[in-house]
Amino acid sequence: MQLAQQVKHLIKKEIILEWRSKYALNGVLLYVVSTVFVCYMSFQIIDKLTWNALFWIIMLFASINAIAKSFLQESKGRQLYIYTLVSPAALIIAKTIYNSLLMIVLTVIALAFYCMVFEPSKDIDIFMYLLAAVLGSLSFSTIFTMVSAIASKTGNGGMLMAILSFPIIIPVLIVLIKFAKNAMDGLDRSVSLDEIGLLAVINVIVMTVALLLFPYLWRD
Amino acid sequence: MTELRIKRIASIQSFKNQSFKIQKLMHKTWWKILAAVLVVYTAIAGLLLGVPRMAILNETIRNLYFHVPMWFAMVVLFTISVWYSIRSLSTQSEADDIRAVESANTGVIFGILGIVTGAVWAKFTWGQFWSFDPKQNFAAISLLLYFAYFVLRNAIDEEQKRAKIAAIYNIFAFPMMVVLLFVLPRLQDSLHPGNGGNPGFNSYDLDSRMRMVFYPACLGWILIGYWIYTLRFRTKILENKHL
Repeated sequence: MQLAQQVKHLIKKEIILEWRSKYALNGVLLYVVSTVFVCYMSFQIIDKLTWNALFWIIMLFASINAIAKSFLQESKGRQLYIYTLVSPAALIIAKTIYNSLLMIVLTVIALAFYCMVFEPSKDIDIFMYLLAAVLGSLSFSTIFTMVSAIASKTGNGGMLMAILSFPIIIPVLIVLIKFAKNAMDGLDRSVSLDEIGLLAVINVIVMTVALLLFPYLWRD
Repeated sequence: MTELRIKRIASIQSFKNQSFKIQKLMHKTWWKILAAVLVVYTAIAGLLLGVPRMAILNETIRNLYFHVPMWFAMVVLFTISVWYSIRSLSTQSEADDIRAVESANTGVIFGILGIVTGAVWAKFTWGQFWSFDPKQNFAAISLLLYFAYFVLRNAIDEEQKRAKIAAIYNIFAFPMMVVLLFVLPRLQDSLHPGNGGNPGFNSYDLDSRMRMVFYPACLGWILIGYWIYTLRFRTKILENKHL
């Protein structure tokens, strides 16, 4: 019960901090919008395959930028203060949940804007595509939160973040792109059950491993 | 008379000592001898014994004895690496950390050998060295995971901190490697046997003649990999002592 309380307070703290500065939200939104714009100017018309791949590549970089800050930007003093107050499990759960919320909001906005600029194909199953986007943002946030915690412990976190997270995220990205492609072609929903299951399993595994490992990581 | 007896007893004693030493040596090294014998056997038998005649494969089917055992050895070594990473988190001992990194190092060597032997095989059967087959790609990506692990190690100077953080990344990355190597290839079409409607090797052409060589080859290469890893571990320990 205490854990749930701690998690709740930590999430509240993150949201309040974010709402005060609106730095991550606005920054990443601007990033997504300008990237989509640049892509529009350079591509003009794109086919279905590129439409899907481009969306996920944009989201990949946006989410790395958005989530990298979750541990990298905390000052040493504040981290120490938080560590004295809460348990490590509460901290990693809260960060992951907060990042998932942030990513889901971002992805939905980005998807809407992306659809506005590049017209999606006619037979897109929008519900399934949204599901893919939500599952994608969940997987991105579970993996990147832990990697950013690891990267923050080294001297130059920003560069390591990309190196460490790309090989880990590639399997997830492959499944996601396949799932989203199925949704875009308007295939029957039962076709994508394999991918949904696999993504859920990966998320559960990553979350469990992160929960087990974070207590060892947080203390210097 | 007594002198002679004493001499004889002494000689028996020394013989016993000698044989005990040999026994002890054998006890420690029997698996190394076994590994060497098995690998030499597979090299000779694999190239000389009869194999099934297959349409496109022809004689390249013999590469099965060299290409596949590399992956087995790699997976075994990576598993050892993760095991010692988990241990080093709780024991905090330097030896466990060195074991983890050296087995990962050896595993990467076997992974590269697996990719190279596979690429040569692909050249003769599929027409080109790299045909962007899912299994080829995923194997390359899983090697990238371990390169990232080494980069992470080099980025941290303080030894205990490096041991801890690298161990955490290693454990975190291992399930992803399992997904990459064992789950994802099953979901996609591949040129490899056993995928995308291609019959698996065990269904028709891994007949008893090939099994006679294939299984010893796997065991032999796994043992050789383990041997290389122990050698690397011991030299590293010695190097650290002399520093």
